[in-house]
Amino acid sequence: MTAWGAREHHRFEAAGKPFVYLVPSAAIFELDEAADAVLRALAECPRTRDELTEMARGTEVTERDGGHREGRRLPAGTEVDSALAELARVQAIGQVDAPRAPTPRVIPLAPFPLTTMVLNVTNQCNLSCEYCYEYGEDKIVDTENGRQPKFMSEQTARESVDFMLRESGDNKVAHVTFFGGETLLNFPVLKKTIAYARQRGAELGKQVDFSLTTNGTLLKPEIIEFLAENHVGVTISIDGPKEVQDKFRVFHNGTGSYDVIAPKIKELLKHHRSRPIGARVTLTSGKMDVRRIYRHLTEEIGFWEVGFAPVTTAPNRAHAISDAGYDEMLAQFRDLAYEFLEAAVENRHHGFSNVKETLEELHKGVSKAFPCGAGLGLLGVATDGDVALCHRFAGSDSHKLGTVRDGIDRGAQRAFLESHHIDHKTDCSRCWARPLCSGGCYHEAYTRYGETIHPNLHYCDWIRGWTDVCLKVYGELAVRNPAFLSQFDDESMKEPVS
Amino acid sequence: MNHLKAVNRKAARVEGATEPDVVALQRTPLPQMPHFPIGCSLVFSPGWEADRTGGTAGLCQPVERDLFDCHIGCYWPAQVPDQLNHAPDWTSKCAAAQKDWRKIDLVFP
Repeated sequence: MTAWGAREHHRFEAAGKPFVYLVPSAAIFELDEAADAVLRALAECPRTRDELTEMARGTEVTERDGGHREGRRLPAGTEVDSALAELARVQAIGQVDAPRAPTPRVIPLAPFPLTTMVLNVTNQCNLSCEYCYEYGEDKIVDTENGRQPKFMSEQTARESVDFMLRESGDNKVAHVTFFGGETLLNFPVLKKTIAYARQRGAELGKQVDFSLTTNGTLLKPEIIEFLAENHVGVTISIDGPKEVQDKFRVFHNGTGSYDVIAPKIKELLKHHRSRPIGARVTLTSGKMDVRRIYRHLTEEIGFWEVGFAPVTTAPNRAHAISDAGYDEMLAQFRDLAYEFLEAAVENRHHGFSNVKETLEELHKGVSKAFPCGAGLGLLGVATDGDVALCHRFAGSDSHKLGTVRDGIDRGAQRAFLESHHIDHKTDCSRCWARPLCSGGCYHEAYTRYGETIHPNLHYCDWIRGWTDVCLKVYGELAVRNPAFLSQFDDESMKEPVS
Repeated sequence: MNHLKAVNRKAARVEGATEPDVVALQRTPLPQMPHFPIGCSLVFSPGWEADRTGGTAGLCQPVERDLFDCHIGCYWPAQVPDQLNHAPDWTSKCAAAQKDWRKIDLVFP
């Protein structure tokens, strides 16, 4: 008789109940006692139906084929057959000698509609954050003496808008994100670009949505008024309270930027009420206090949401996060995620955006072939109009995917997608967290390992730990407040690339 | 299902997608729409069932008899004896493919 074995899965418990996250389908099932007992018995080692039935009669099955087997009983009266059938039906288990159906390897059809264009309106910055991937030691593009202009011209910005609208296919909404450098150093072009995109969008029957990222130093009343009037989404790069912010986020002369930006951000939050405004925190080595940063940015400054990301850097830099640092970060993220959970159970807002984003992906059951939309629905545009994978590669010749004038280089795009499919990441092939992670950020990999295709092995434990936390939060919500999760059912929200 | 409860949207889709899909076609009414086999897999087709030696080792190798079904039932734009134009008699000695498939011979354009 053939033995049954567990297939790839991750078991977790939430609200006192067992759940299973299946890989690669990314389906989440709640298990009853029988299914849980059978799955756990099979996760230890393959067993036949008869063995399982024996175990359910209370017999300890300790040996099979002479090999050592841990003694285990199934709860008395376990309905082995029906549990096996249901687990097999969802492919949580399978017969060990049965060939596995190959996972279809799907490369998205080109042309893939462009959803988001990140426009680097300048590659200059008035801050000198030590860890910056654009200017620091790990930079890819020479923004000082390179061939790119330091500021995007109005002409290039217009051509970029035309490119965006052309490449957005049948999408009714096109997103433009202004980026830098420090985005607001080129406010005049930004302003004209929004007007032009509005006009062209209206002519083509498309809605254009705008957002930008800024360090906040150049905010002033007329800019704030413009952003509010035009419903421009704003993300502020800020690391936390004064002593944290001023450690790395400094002006060229070395002085910290906290005292300059704090009052400006408060003005922005007071007057720009048309869109929720988020903070984006870069976490670095040294003592990190995620909850304190979160409290400061939400309660003292007034941000609606705060998202955290570990710094992207080569491993030997002083600000690089060590393995122990990742463990500490995970513990702190977990605390904040459970805070989010308690708020969500009571239908209160909580602004820890990392957990919310992951919950949405878990709810939809996203199983990614690519870690993000870069090169697919998202592209970055450099100041000269060169199109790159994303904003982090904008201006890099080796990651170029065309120009706004000539369009997307379909050959280069296809070659990139073919070579970066999750199937090529051998290290990921046995990891249960791959449906969400898919190897991680291309830019992080490039900085760390010198190639975009490399999985980000330095944070695997962190990704698995964090995914486990989010699964538990998801399971708790599914039991305690399922209505909260239905917000992610909104079909008008763009499905992430799966 | 009694032991498993679909929690996220993908689980609901997995549950829906894993209904058994093997259905006896003579059952009435059909319990679900089956996946109908299509094209040359519906009929006896030399080259699919038996290779040029009458065995099964070299199925679907590029020999003339593979093309029998393309010639009759399907349009295949290249390298098929063309029943309408230059090879109208290609299958004239092949009254029943099951018996006579060895009589289908090479065609030189």
